[in-house]
Amino acid sequence: MSDASGATSGVTAMGRFLANLREIPKTFRESLVRGGAPTTDRTRSSFVFGNVFLHLHAVRTHRWSLRWSTTAGLGIMSVAAFLITLITGVLLMFYYKPYPDAAYVSIKDLHFVVPTGRFIRNIHRWAANVMVVAVLLHMARVFFTGAYRKPREFNWLVGMGLLAITLGLSFTGYLLPWDQLAYWAITIGANIAQSPREVTDALKITEYFDPGGLQRLLLLGSSDVGEEALIRFFLLHVMILPLALVALLGVHMWRVRKDGGIARPDDADARLGPPPADTYPVFTEAPQKTYQIAAIVKGKTPAVGKGPENTVPSMPHLFYAEMGVFMLTVLICTALALVSDAPLKELANPNVPENPAKAPWYFLGLQELVAYSAFMGGIGIPSIVLLGLGLIPYLDREKEGTGLWFGGPGGVPLVLLSTVYGFGTAFALEAFAIRFGWIREWWPDVPQLVITAINPGTVLTALYAGFSIWAVKRWGSTRAGALALFTCFLCGFILLTVVGQHFRGPNWVFYWSPSEWPGH
Amino acid sequence: MTTTSKSSRLDPEPMPRRDFLGLAAMWAMGASAAFALLGILRLPRAAVLPAPSKKFKVALPESLADGEPFVPPGRSVALFKDKDGVYAVSTICTHLGCIVKQSADGFACPCHGSEFHKDGTVKKGPAPTALPWLAVTKDGGSFVVDESKVVDPGTRLT
Repeated sequence: MSDASGATSGVTAMGRFLANLREIPKTFRESLVRGGAPTTDRTRSSFVFGNVFLHLHAVRTHRWSLRWSTTAGLGIMSVAAFLITLITGVLLMFYYKPYPDAAYVSIKDLHFVVPTGRFIRNIHRWAANVMVVAVLLHMARVFFTGAYRKPREFNWLVGMGLLAITLGLSFTGYLLPWDQLAYWAITIGANIAQSPREVTDALKITEYFDPGGLQRLLLLGSSDVGEEALIRFFLLHVMILPLALVALLGVHMWRVRKDGGIARPDDADARLGPPPADTYPVFTEAPQKTYQIAAIVKGKTPAVGKGPENTVPSMPHLFYAEMGVFMLTVLICTALALVSDAPLKELANPNVPENPAKAPWYFLGLQELVAYSAFMGGIGIPSIVLLGLGLIPYLDREKEGTGLWFGGPGGVPLVLLSTVYGFGTAFALEAFAIRFGWIREWWPDVPQLVITAINPGTVLTALYAGFSIWAVKRWGSTRAGALALFTCFLCGFILLTVVGQHFRGPNWVFYWSPSEWPGH
Repeated sequence: MTTTSKSSRLDPEPMPRRDFLGLAAMWAMGASAAFALLGILRLPRAAVLPAPSKKFKVALPESLADGEPFVPPGRSVALFKDKDGVYAVSTICTHLGCIVKQSADGFACPCHGSEFHKDGTVKKGPAPTALPWLAVTKDGGSFVVDESKVVDPGTRLT
């Protein structure tokens, strides 16, 4: 203060006060964005690393990462959909009451009374669906471009955690309206959690060892689906899972940067061609020394032995692209919300199940499997799939084809073959089970453990595993096996979901079309 | 690298006290965190389960024919009467907990297609076990069903 007065000698304190007052917009802006306007490469850099949110990204982005075909913007679309659900979800909490019956009435109020309530609820529901789709497609993108490989193995695991939380958020949200759909979905969900009893009962050890019963008890907080269960699902939906998701999301995005950005092939620079004339390179000559910030950064710096970096400033190139994806996501969600209302059935009735009682679409593949064996469909096969997905980056240590779509041994022909095989076997098994039934119909006295072990779900899993092993041998590559397995499971998931969604009617009986359902 | 050359050159040293204390502190912290987590996990598991009473009283209608199920309103139990006595079969599907409905010759589940005979045994579908029989006692002219008490199939109140 005393120094400043020297520079402005001759001006009264009151004059300085007024001058400072006038300059508040400018000085506030300067204090907010410390580096000044992002007009030069240097200020663009400080714009990124001086901001706690933006600095999850690198200061400069490789031109390969900015190509539409590299990522299709799916990761950012997932984040955008999550932010939309976050904002609309908080708005819905103004009116929602997590208590049986009152919950249903409050959703009705939102739907019919609250200004824009129906619109906000619709956006919330559609954004949740968009998020599930985007997360699944994002995972497929990362898999098919081989982007899970070293050094990105751990981030693949973080991504799997995010997928699980996304599905958990969707499922817990499904219960909150306390309508028929919600009540019976939760009854089924809680009993799937209890389904290890299918095995412990058959072994007659439930009395001593009952993980299924404990899971159900922890989930419901009671022996029945009631107010305790609703409060628990509400807590999971609005507090525990969103917090976990935000934390993991931060790690996920930060690690993308720390693992060297989006995966790209070694010859990405050659494939891209020379950078545009106005791109200012970071290094004008290739550094030949191995620079190391000892004890902080392990290994060689990525720039060693490479020519001028093919990067552009993240501000504006990356951020404008992300803004575009964000706006597209908002557009999709609001457009769908205008066209289609979120469902609300009758008030939950514990004595009359919804018929058919269908889970949200992304769980219908599981529900199809559950209709053969509760334990295998609900817990066994999902665990096998999750374990297999988690092991992929540790089993596939190859380098060939990283960063390229369907890269690696086998390539596109293998993926096409796997698609045909994956759809074909799933279709054949479903058709067989629908036409001829399964073991229980042929031999009613067969022990439950046999059915738990051998049902369409486990047979399909075994067929896929066998095909994958064949691919490993045929191409002499674990990447080929991974490509085969992932493609097969993706196809199986799609086929089972479609069957569950469109071809299952009352009593889970097969119908060619919902128009053939008997009235009830 | 330095540690291997050191150990080959010298006799094995006892662990320095500082290292020992540091490790002990770390393990103590880990143990107390695990212990605290166990305590925290006890909270969501209620000692007393808040649920309505599982026992209810019911009078069978006079017109109930032998072997015909009678489902008291609002209950998920089917009561039967035959020449050997009265018995109750749960109508909660053993697969995933939906309420089974009466079908032509037994029960059918709307959720995943399980079918049961009238005595609760599985006819087809994914249900792993038969519908349980429930304890029935007599109270004056009516019957008391205890949904929390499973009895052996075939147990009738005579």
